[in-house]
Amino acid sequence: MTEYILCLALFCIGLYCVLRKRNIIKIIIGLGIMEYAVNLFFVLVGYKTGGRAPILAKDQVVSNMVDPIPQALVLTSIVIGLAVTALIVAIAIRLFERYGTFDITKIRRLKG
Amino acid sequence: MELKLILLFMVFGAVIAVKIEDLLSSVIAVGAVGLGLSMAFLVLKAPDLAITQLVVEILCLIILIRATINKDLPLIKDGRWFFNTVATLLFIASFLMFAYFALLELPDFGKPIMRVAGSYIANGLAKTGAANIVASIILDFRGYDTLGEATVLFTAVIGVLAIIRKVGRIKK
Amino acid sequence: MKKSDKGMTLIVKTITRLTVGLILLYGIYIVLHGHISPGGGFAGGVIIALSFIHLMLAFGKEFALKKLSQAAASLLENLGALMFLGIALAGLTGGYFFLNFFINKGKPFTLFSAGIIPLCNIAICLKVGAGLFAIFAALILFDSSQENK
Repeated sequence: MTEYILCLALFCIGLYCVLRKRNIIKIIIGLGIMEYAVNLFFVLVGYKTGGRAPILAKDQVVSNMVDPIPQALVLTSIVIGLAVTALIVAIAIRLFERYGTFDITKIRRLKG
Repeated sequence: MELKLILLFMVFGAVIAVKIEDLLSSVIAVGAVGLGLSMAFLVLKAPDLAITQLVVEILCLIILIRATINKDLPLIKDGRWFFNTVATLLFIASFLMFAYFALLELPDFGKPIMRVAGSYIANGLAKTGAANIVASIILDFRGYDTLGEATVLFTAVIGVLAIIRKVGRIKK
Repeated sequence: MKKSDKGMTLIVKTITRLTVGLILLYGIYIVLHGHISPGGGFAGGVIIALSFIHLMLAFGKEFALKKLSQAAASLLENLGALMFLGIALAGLTGGYFFLNFFINKGKPFTLFSAGIIPLCNIAICLKVGAGLFAIFAALILFDSSQENK
């Protein structure tokens, strides 16, 4: 149970960072921390005490393995997270070129 | 036990990444959190994820440093301290209330419900011939997931190239 | 002196020349053994992209773009996506989408086994590696174009 609570604390730190900060780079960092917490939660749910990694060896009988389905889902999610981070960084660089700042309130003020 | 220590390390790293003023130090702290996540995957018996997380974290760190370096940024103050903090804390409190009810329904740590995975583990080698069960799931049993992932990656690459390009912009 | 202005110092360049081939080889190994050991197309593709990014950071962008230009990277990415879709469609000959259509799947625990899974790994490796390299090259080129203005 302690593991779930620590994972939840990690998610809450990321949420606080996204909601509270005004710097775009800090918001990207908060999104990254939330993504880590979600990936970790998936793998924690599939863990079995004393289980083995889901890879078969040549002449051994399989007795107990950890759940491989969350691992397969998270494997695709990690690479998607990297691509999405790159997309947000590209948008942030464009905004910096246009307005000369990373502050989101100033960007909103300059629009209208 | 070592899992809890690694998770505590990750929580401290995240707090430092949020609280520190300098942007470059913040990016490096979030890199430390990602490397801790890689170690946690290794302890949780997921070696595929550990390798992928390690290399993805390095690339993510390079991209974020590229975005922050060589820009003399002014210090950005968080304005309207009282209102923003109260709103944020209210949002987090409502989230924690839902999380409490969700945690009551979860199975205990270490005892997963393996209804689907049991048949994959039992028949994976006979049906696909791959020794790595995760590879046989992402590329054979659940290939649609990977096809969707490829589409998302393709869209992200097109988005970056379209946002960054110089020619073809209309100037009024 | 003019040549050494691009990229980093001599020490970094020498070490990079020694190690970049090994990194590329390790990525290819990870991809090809993805079905019998940990690894696979995602991790191997990112490692291959990192080897080219390593070249770009150490020697400057012209040197790396001479090895693999941005248009070639986009082409390779599209090729990977089409290859993955083609493998999936080829399963329709035997009945349904994503069918593992090889009758003789080979001996388990050897390199040539598991039917379509190594082919799919190679397709995903092309897609991920070329796509991430294209993203990174676009970000680098944008930054340097701002300095010229």
